[in-house]
Amino acid sequence: MPPAIAVDNLAHRYGTHEALRGVSLEVGDGEIVGLLGPNGGGKTTLFRILSTLLPPTSGTVRVAGFDVRVEARDVRRQLGVVFQAPALDPLLPVAANLHCHGALYGLHGRDLGRRIDALLGALSLADRRDMLVKQLSGGLQRRVEIAKALIPNPRVLALDEPSTGLDPNARREVWDHLYQRRAEHRTTVLLTTHSMDEAGLCDRVAILHQGRLVAMGTPRELTATVGGEVLWIAARSPETTAARLRAEFGVTADVVDGRVRIERERAHEFIPAVIEAFPGEIDSVTFARATLEDVFVRHTGQRFN
Amino acid sequence: MRLAVQALWQRDVRRFIGQRSRVVGSLATPIVFWALLGAGLGRSFSAQHGSDGGYLQYFFPGTLAMIVLFSAIFSTISVIEDRQQGFMQGVLVAPVPRSAIVLGKLLGGATIALAQAMLFLLLAPLAGISLDAARAAQAIGVAALLALALTGLGFLIAWWLDSTQGFHAVMNLLLVPMWLLSGAVFPASGAAPWLRWLMLANPMTYGVSALQAVLLGHSSGPPLPAALVVTVLFGTAMLAAGVVLVERRTLG
Repeated sequence: MPPAIAVDNLAHRYGTHEALRGVSLEVGDGEIVGLLGPNGGGKTTLFRILSTLLPPTSGTVRVAGFDVRVEARDVRRQLGVVFQAPALDPLLPVAANLHCHGALYGLHGRDLGRRIDALLGALSLADRRDMLVKQLSGGLQRRVEIAKALIPNPRVLALDEPSTGLDPNARREVWDHLYQRRAEHRTTVLLTTHSMDEAGLCDRVAILHQGRLVAMGTPRELTATVGGEVLWIAARSPETTAARLRAEFGVTADVVDGRVRIERERAHEFIPAVIEAFPGEIDSVTFARATLEDVFVRHTGQRFN
Repeated sequence: MRLAVQALWQRDVRRFIGQRSRVVGSLATPIVFWALLGAGLGRSFSAQHGSDGGYLQYFFPGTLAMIVLFSAIFSTISVIEDRQQGFMQGVLVAPVPRSAIVLGKLLGGATIALAQAMLFLLLAPLAGISLDAARAAQAIGVAALLALALTGLGFLIAWWLDSTQGFHAVMNLLLVPMWLLSGAVFPASGAAPWLRWLMLANPMTYGVSALQAVLLGHSSGPPLPAALVVTVLFGTAMLAAGVVLVERRTLG
């Protein structure tokens, strides 16, 4: 069986701006994969191409083996899409929105009614079914969006920034539902995010920067590549300090945002030696366990935000 | 396909019923126009043309066309909003033929336009037009054709443009002049030759002319059969062009 999502050497240009420059990745059945990157990194372009709204300039995207460019309708049958901007009709009740969407997938009658009941139950929306969408909070609306996308029981659920604008509670609920869905239906989930925390909840993370895939792996694998621990050193002359750290201690030391950044295993043991080696040069040393942010910095030489 | 068209149609009609201000907005303006222009121009118009019913009567079918036009404009503005962010994106990623999307949208918009036209038709006796069942049915039929064609035109423009501001410009520069030059306000017979040619080239002229023929028993423009044929062709062309435009998926 072909993989849920296969992206091969995908490129997209808006005029002269290259939004994607040769991205390849695969997502397996039942996997939750996050596309992580700052705005302009290319993740929304990839999302729009995947959801058949934008034909790619070159390369291919296949969903369950179907090519988005030439078999868009087959792709659409496999896909549930949740956009960042609400795609519900705010002037219609929750149930009417779901009925309308179901009809677009050829569903009707008792079958559609049953699916809607089940989803409203699963997403704890049963008591809101007759409320107008515009009367619901942002978190509830997002849940209705997810219910809507799941009506056709898609093999792949694609979400653009699913927790943007949600409070932590609402975000946790959304994630609970994603995990539950995956557990019960082996639904594949692809989402975009610019939140490191959210990326950490995915099975695998793909980091997009300036249209390229710079790293992909489980959050654990990715943070392991940066050595596990990070020191940030505020020094009088960062460049000199970094150069001497590299020469005298043989560590990876770079200047990022005016501070020296060292990543290595057991970096904390290194703190006293650093301070003693540069008397009067160092203002502060900050210790941190490596995060996806550090992975991003390692691969792009830039802070994430 | 049928299910999708029906769902989209239903959605438009349902949300229209929920928005009372929209009903009032697109119905009140033309009625005020009709009453004021009818009263104001009435005397000078009949002096020129010696028509029996007066301007209030002459202007009645034109106002009906205006109601249909305004309603079509309103419902197609929602296409722009829908597409930039919102409902239409969800529709575009569904496995429905693009023609079903256009058809659902046009039928929805046209139904709303027609409902308002029918309300206005109730005022016909005030213009001295006696409405029997046959005449009312004919008028509704013509209004339905015109509603489809104009909603189609609005849809085309809305899909082609990207912003609602752009749409307002097109509305003022294209749609309102189209209405002014359709015979709705003044007959082609009294106009300068260049204007007469413009009016003849204007597809809306034929819809208005058909409405006049049906409601007043005579029209200032082309004869009824020609008017009907052109209006049907106009609507079909708009629908076809809409499908082609939506199928070019680049415009998500």
